[in-house]
Amino acid sequence: MSTTTTLEQANTTTWDGGNEPMKASYGKLMMWFFLLSDAFTFCAFLTAYGAIRHRHHAYTGAPEDFTFSTAYWPIPEKVFNAFPGLHGVDLPLAFVALMTMILILSSVTMVLAVEAGHRMDKADVQKWLLWTILFGSAFVGCQAWEWGHFITGTEQGMTLPDGSVFHGANLKFNQYGPVLFADLFFFITGFHGTHVFSGIVLLIIMFINTVNGTYQRRGHYEMVEKVGLYWHFVDLVWVFVFTFFYLV
Amino acid sequence: MAAHSHHAHDEHNVGEIPPAQTKGIWKVFFILCAITAVEFAFAFMMDAGMLRNSIFIVLTIVKAFYIVAEFMHLKHETKSLIWTIMIPLVLLVWLIIALISEGAYYGDSVFNYFK
Repeated sequence: MSTTTTLEQANTTTWDGGNEPMKASYGKLMMWFFLLSDAFTFCAFLTAYGAIRHRHHAYTGAPEDFTFSTAYWPIPEKVFNAFPGLHGVDLPLAFVALMTMILILSSVTMVLAVEAGHRMDKADVQKWLLWTILFGSAFVGCQAWEWGHFITGTEQGMTLPDGSVFHGANLKFNQYGPVLFADLFFFITGFHGTHVFSGIVLLIIMFINTVNGTYQRRGHYEMVEKVGLYWHFVDLVWVFVFTFFYLV
Repeated sequence: MAAHSHHAHDEHNVGEIPPAQTKGIWKVFFILCAITAVEFAFAFMMDAGMLRNSIFIVLTIVKAFYIVAEFMHLKHETKSLIWTIMIPLVLLVWLIIALISEGAYYGDSVFNYFK
């Protein structure tokens, strides 16, 4: 018994492991460093996007006369102008605006879950985690629709050299413009979507643990906080994808 | 923490949950929504060009600041942690700008060398 007491005292001093560098726990620090390394990956995507876009001609005519052509980079709002249930209506960027709102909202419900965790309010943590899971799933669903629409294409399509008409886009053909435009769309939004999906899986694990009272027994909800960091990072990446893929 | 103290902790928390402090969170939410709305206003009311792109990038960085500083709580961490995260990120932004502009120059010179 006395040995245990001695150990507990020794471990609290600075050079005995009782000190937390930067006043953040090990897990939180590691999450920050992981997110930093993830930022490197997304920066590589953005660099590739910038360099490839630079190698293609920009569309120089009036925006009203814009038609799809592999000769120049397309105007994003002419490509992403569809909305579920409103076929043939020109609604530039409306659907991506909805997706952005859903993701920002999911970020807010995530902070609310973390805040409830600080107050040890189990019921509130459950409620806000559920909302976050719901909004996150809604976002992934929207992205699936967006991909589906992009792959299916428009009626007009693109005439190939052999005379046949190709609709939509895949990794080799793209009716909206240069092939690399479609490739970058699939890789960048796909990589981001994978992150959102992993986030939802983590959130579901958090929810199950919260319901089981694991964190209440542990005395803190730091695990929710760490997953929250990851979730906000995913939102942060979307802010950049949104700007560079849809707006610029 | 020793295992025997957990039970006491559990009982301590039952029945006295402090009220939620969510004012600041919703404020950040409205700021993010407002900036996104402004971005859409620029997207539809202004012709494409260098100036509009610069406005988009500045607004994006403002949004990123609010997400990282408030939602990810980085603003309220210790100075050393803030710099540990910020310095590599700033260098990354520099890397992107450098690679794109140098890459554009190098690409142009390689493609036009034999013309």
